[in-house]
Amino acid sequence: MEQVAFYILAFLAIVSALFMITRTNPVHSALWMLLTFFSVAGIFVQLDAEFIAAIQVLVYAGAILVLYLFVVMLLNPKSHGFIKIPFRYAIGTVVSIIIVIQTLIAVKTTDVLGQKGDITDTVISQYGNVKLFGKALFTDFLVPFEIASILLLVAMIGAIVLARKE
Amino acid sequence: MTLTLQHYLVLSAILFGIGMTGVLIRRNLIVMFMSLELMLNAVNINLAAYSKYLHTMTGQIFIVFVMCVAAAEAAVGLALIITLFRNKSTINADEINSLRG
Repeated sequence: MEQVAFYILAFLAIVSALFMITRTNPVHSALWMLLTFFSVAGIFVQLDAEFIAAIQVLVYAGAILVLYLFVVMLLNPKSHGFIKIPFRYAIGTVVSIIIVIQTLIAVKTTDVLGQKGDITDTVISQYGNVKLFGKALFTDFLVPFEIASILLLVAMIGAIVLARKE
Repeated sequence: MTLTLQHYLVLSAILFGIGMTGVLIRRNLIVMFMSLELMLNAVNINLAAYSKYLHTMTGQIFIVFVMCVAAAEAAVGLALIITLFRNKSTINADEINSLRG
């Protein structure tokens, strides 16, 4: 059952990603990207990361995708999205396939490396994923968390300064 | 036969490859940015898988920071694209070839 769900989600993610990079209309690309994000959120649920799945839907599928759609519809660019020379098209695909095959060969022999922590399945079922996540985020990773908030503030001000009319 | 770490790593590698192909073959700047987001998503799957199979919470926390940086990148990058479109009237990467404004 678990495996069936994984294969369905993986198939959806890969197919919608392929459609995303091959549609000439950027609006269609954005909508296929939405399906990819939802599939990846399902994968996160399978990996015992419910909070991550929730913010995947909220942040990626909600905020970032709407930003992309807004910009696409604001600019309304002409749809000659692909490069014209088939030679370079082929080179790009071949380079990617070679790197993916190299990665797959490396993955085939990989086992879980490194030292195992103490968040086992029994601990997760006892306390819940969100509680353990919050505890780790606000004790061990408090300083990076604050730095992330400053980064978001700077990005917001930068976006306002860049996009405003003179 | 249960799901192993390899299943998730293979899925992540394939999604990363698709995103990389998108950056290489497209010339529309917005779609190239979307492909970047896809690559970040693939890395997030990797982090979550390692987080589960190593019994630790660090991977999931890194996903939050990756999402944070992705949101900042999307905001600033799309603002740059809007500015570029105002000045050049194009978002085709092949037609943007001069440093001087």
